[in-house]
Formats: sequence, C-alpha cells, structure tokens
Amino acid sequence: MKRHSVIRVAAIAAATIIAAGTLSACSTGSSDDGGSKTLRVTLANHVWTDTIKAKLPEFEAATGLKVELSQYGEDQLSDQYNVKLNAGTDEIDVMMYRPLQEGKLFAKNGYLADLSDDVESNADWNWSDFQSGPVGSTTYDGNVVGVPIITEQEVLYYRKDLLAAAGLEVPTTMDELEAAAQAVKEQNPGVAGFVARTGKSAAVTQFSSFLYSFGGDFIDKDGKSGVASPEAKEAYAFYGKLIREYGPENVSTDMSWPEAMAIFTQGQAGFYTEADSLYKNATDPETSKVSDTVGFAPMPAGPGGSVAYNVPSWALGINAESKNSAEAWKFIEWATSEDLTLAVQQDGVPGARQSVWEDPAGTSNYPADLAAAIATSTKNGVGHDRPLVIKVPEAREIVGDPIVIAITGGDSDAAADAASDAFQGILDDE
Amino acid sequence: MTTMVTTKPSMWTNYSTWANRYRKWLFAAPAMIFVGLLIAVPLGWTLYLSVTDSEGSVRAASNLVGLSNYFEVLTDTDRFWPAVMRTFVFTGGALAVELVLGMCIALLLWRPFRGEKWVRVAILLPLVATPVAVGMMWRLIFDPNIGFANQVLSWIGIPAQPWLSGQYTALPTLMFVDIWQWTPMVVLMLLAGLTSLSDEPDEAARIDGANSWQRFWFVTLPLMRATVIVTVVLRGIDALKTFDILYATKGKGGGSFHEVETLNIYAFGLSFDYNDYGIASTVLVLFFLLIIAIMWVLTYRRKANRS
Repeated sequence: MKRHSVIRVAAIAAATIIAAGTLSACSTGSSDDGGSKTLRVTLANHVWTDTIKAKLPEFEAATGLKVELSQYGEDQLSDQYNVKLNAGTDEIDVMMYRPLQEGKLFAKNGYLADLSDDVESNADWNWSDFQSGPVGSTTYDGNVVGVPIITEQEVLYYRKDLLAAAGLEVPTTMDELEAAAQAVKEQNPGVAGFVARTGKSAAVTQFSSFLYSFGGDFIDKDGKSGVASPEAKEAYAFYGKLIREYGPENVSTDMSWPEAMAIFTQGQAGFYTEADSLYKNATDPETSKVSDTVGFAPMPAGPGGSVAYNVPSWALGINAESKNSAEAWKFIEWATSEDLTLAVQQDGVPGARQSVWEDPAGTSNYPADLAAAIATSTKNGVGHDRPLVIKVPEAREIVGDPIVIAITGGDSDAAADAASDAFQGILDDE
Repeated sequence: MTTMVTTKPSMWTNYSTWANRYRKWLFAAPAMIFVGLLIAVPLGWTLYLSVTDSEGSVRAASNLVGLSNYFEVLTDTDRFWPAVMRTFVFTGGALAVELVLGMCIALLLWRPFRGEKWVRVAILLPLVATPVAVGMMWRLIFDPNIGFANQVLSWIGIPAQPWLSGQYTALPTLMFVDIWQWTPMVVLMLLAGLTSLSDEPDEAARIDGANSWQRFWFVTLPLMRATVIVTVVLRGIDALKTFDILYATKGKGGGSFHEVETLNIYAFGLSFDYNDYGIASTVLVLFFLLIIAIMWVLTYRRKANRS
C-alpha cells in the first residue's frame, strides 16, 4: 500500500510539473534575442509597397538582414497597430503609418521612436531635401518621429470623350463643374455626371478641397470650429447636390475610394474628385475601361479659388519598443533614398523629396495634364485634408455627417450647426 | 527507531490519502485554474477599464472615474440605445424567421425520401461558408448599380432597391443574410430533436383521428420543447453577438447613419476607431449583463414551467 501511494503522489507531482512547464513555456515562447538579423516591417497595401517589395532583395543583399514583411489594408493596419502597440509589442520594427490620421495619437502615446538624430546622421541621404509641409506633420513636440514617403494632392479626374461629345471645355470653376456634370448626366443614360466618396468618414478628406475652395476650413484662424461657417455650409450643400442630382442612381452612402473609383473606371461617371496618388487605377488598362480617355485637371475654383489639399499621406516610423532600431533605421534610410524615391515616383506615387520633383525624370511617366494639375495643387495646397486633432476618427465622423445629410437631401445647414457644436467639444477637450 | 519508521510513512500516508481522496480535483486543477484565469482576467480587466477614463492607449495613465462612464452610456440616446434596439431587432427578427423556417424544413426532411442525402448536403452549404466571404458575396449581389438582386427585380418589373446602401433597408437586408446563413443550423438542431422522438404518440394521435396540423401542434411541438429552447438559446446568443457579416458589409460604425450599428459594432468602433477604452469597456460590460439576463430568463422560465 505504501508503494502504491508513493507512486500516486509521484504521478500527481509529475502531472503538475508537466502542466506548469507547458504553461510557462507558453508565456516565454515569444522572447527573442536583441541583435536579431530579422527586421519586421509592417506596410500598407499601396503601389509604393509593391515597388519597395520588388527591390527588397537588393537591401537584403547589401545589409545581410532578413526582412519579414507584413502587409495590410488601411483599416486592418490601424487595428493591428492598436492591438499590438497597445500591448507594447517589440514584434514590429518598421511601421508605415498615416501622419495625419494616427500620427498625433501614436506620438502622444509614445509608440514612435525619436528619429531626430538619425535623420541628421547621414548628409548624403539629405534630410533637408524633404518638403517642409510633410516634415511638419511627422514632427511631434519638436522631435522627428517619421519620414514622409507618399504625398497626395486632390485633382479632378474626367472623361475626355464625354466632355468632347457635350462640346464642353474642362471646368475651371465649381459652377462650370456643376453645369458639365448636369450635361453629361442628361446626354448619357446610365452614366452619372459626377461621382466621389460618400461614406461619412471616408468622404471627409476628398470633401476638404471643396471646403477650402469655398473659402472655409475645419478649424478657423482662432482655433475654433469652422464647420458651421457660411462658406462651409455652402461647400457641404454643393458637394451633396453634385452627388444627389448628378451622381449614380441609388447612390450608396458608404463609398470610399475603391467603390467610387470602380464606378469611374467602369465608365459610369463623367467627373470624379480623388487623390492623385490613385491615378494608376484609372489609367491602367487592366483595371480601367476608360484608361485611354481619362483626363486630369486641378480642382475647379470656388469663391475662395482653386485650393486643394497637399498632404503627406504615409510615413515610415520606428516602433519605440523595437530592439532593432539601428537596423530599422537602415531600412528607412534605404527605402527613402533619392534613388528609390525616384523609382517609386516613376511608378506613379508622388513622393516628398523636392529634388525628385525638380528632376524631369521624376514626372516623366506622369500624364502631362496630371503633372500640371499636381503642380497647381502643390503650389497653393493646404497641408491637411482632415481636422488636425488627436481624436481624428471621431472628428472625421462628426464633420462628415453634414456631407451624408447633404447627399441624401436633408437639411445640411442644420447638420453643420450640430456638427460644429460636437466638433467644438473635441477641440475643447484637447 | 520505531518512532522514525512510523512517523515518516504516516506523513506520506496522510498526504497520499488526502491526494487520493481529491485526486479528480488535483488532476483537473492546472487546466481549471488556467481556463478560469483566461476567463476571469480579461473580464476583470474590462470591469476595471469601465470605471476609468482610459483613452488613446491602455498603457497611458488613466483616472478612476467611478460610475460616470455607466451614467454617460446609459443616458446616450444618440448611439447606445439605438444600438441596443438594433441588436434586439436583428436578433429577434432573424431568430423568429429562422425558427419557423427551420422547423418547416426539418419537418420536410424528417421522413426518409429519395435523394435525402443530397438535399441535406445542399441545405448545409451556407453554414460552412466563411462569414466574411458570405458578407462580401452578398455585398456584390446587393450592389445598387451592378448587383444581381436589382437585375432580377428588373426582369419582373420592380424598380431597383438600395438594399445594403439604404438607410432603412440595410438592417432588414442583413437579417435576410443572417437567415440565409444560419437557418441550416437551426434545421440541423431541430432535426436531431425530431429523430430522437418515438413514433408512438404520433401514431396514437393518428389513430384518434387528428389531422397533420393537430398532430404537429399538440403532439410533436410539445415533445420538442427542450430542443427548441436549446436552439433559441444557442442561436440567440450567437445572433446577439453577430459581428462578421455586419462589419464586412458596412464597415466601422455600421454605415454613415450607423444604420446597422449593433452593440458589438459600437463597442468595436469605440475601442479600435476612437481608442476610447473606458467607454468601450462600459458598453461591453452592459452587453455582457444583458446576455446573462436573457439567458437567466430563458432558463428560469424553463425550470418554472417544468415544476
């Protein structure tokens, strides 16, 4: 009997040890040695990413590092960062992020490493070559936290054939745009005169150029909400009317760029206002039925002139918890070098380096009218396309509400007043 | 020397008798503690967050604010209460149709017939499809301009409908998708119940001259009560927590008018879009209490009926 009980006790002890061992193995399984040769890079789905991915072997051969690339859509990328960075992960080294959307929040939370010394470390790489507007938005509290890689301006996409058939010139004012959209819709059954984003949050950035061209802004000169100003109300009503009266039938109020771009590239719309960085979708015969008839023009002028946004839409930063920050910086330095910026820009993605814009090769692959439109937008562009606050997602939904109300034919003035109060609340909190 | 011999084994014996008596607990303990912690820690953490003003990052400093989050959420008639209502409309509507439809199909499949296997497989197909893929598929079918649904309507002369993109049609459309996907599971569960019934009561009723409706209503259905309740509980909880098809078709916030924003979608938006962890946790705690309350009512009623 004595022997039996000893065996039982031994069995229990063994079971406990095994169970405990399994548990502790679970918790320590993720630890990693510091000087790892593997660099974990998280990027968004973008033409920029495709170009960089194709050139990665060059970087790996030159540095002996192995790059582990993860790629996500915009929203999924944000969710990834929210979960992983909140938990203080060191499993992300280099991160592609949106300075205007998440930059302030990430920097405030301490997710982004300070790159102030790194950017000055290599004179050949030439930090001063980067345009000041984009650099301003990757700087937080005087510290550089990111390197801008992609810039965006809003332009007017249009169908040359429909315009010629209607005997119209390219619209240069908002009134001409409205008249042309009306003419196109009336002459071509089943084709919308105008299409643009309609989703409450998604539409805000592309609406912003209308707002500026009507003379308004999200935040006025005194730092108060400008959403209920007469100019803003006029812009809301105009944008809504364009889509309500000259837009597609049964228009959805959930459209972001993939949906709106699909309508334009399927030949179902005459005019479309969108970011220039997406122009390849319209000019590539594989994705677009209108690739040979698409034209580009600067934003039509409103009462406040032709004022488009000119913003850094994406930047590269380093996770503050990364144990590979020196290697991570090597990657950023390589990916944002003058050569690669030129290569990326030749693939159709506007960059942030002044020298590349001044180099004729930098715009040689662009349609001539697009290059001209970008030049106009860059010259008098506004450096933000959404309210610059910490709680950007919430603010976008608030200032986007009158857009949707206007599109569905509601009282957009009243909606703008309500939105202004709510938006002022956010401004007061910060 | 005798004392040494007797004391040492007696310690062992004491311990081993104790261990032997409680061995089922001892063996299960590591797994139970682990599972318990997995449930308790996130729940406790959510409860803690719900009384703080945590926002931006959960690692950032936050203050205890007592029950003010609960007050804020419970008085929010703009987003919270409409979301509660939508959650119930979605669950109640979808569940009711699924039960009726599921019972009809289960009764049809109950008696053996030719090609039974194929019909059963065909009916189960929606169930095995990935919800996100289902969402994307229906999104294409219901596209207002190029979708198949409107094309079908145009063949029979009905004007195009906005479906998922309409402010008032989006939620019913998604309820339809939920019904399409989950009726098979209801069929499966009810069919399992039906096949376990014995034939005698039905035969007795038949001999007494009851027609088929009477036999279903007074004999089969009462016998099926336990199965129906289990189906309602399982499918109901599942429907309350629906997230995938709503998110895949309408995205964050449930559309521009929040037209399909249920509690789950709302809580997701609060934490992943607004980074407002305090309020998000409050909504989740309230949601949790709500589900517990419904479960309690269902099981309590069942016990009360039985006694």
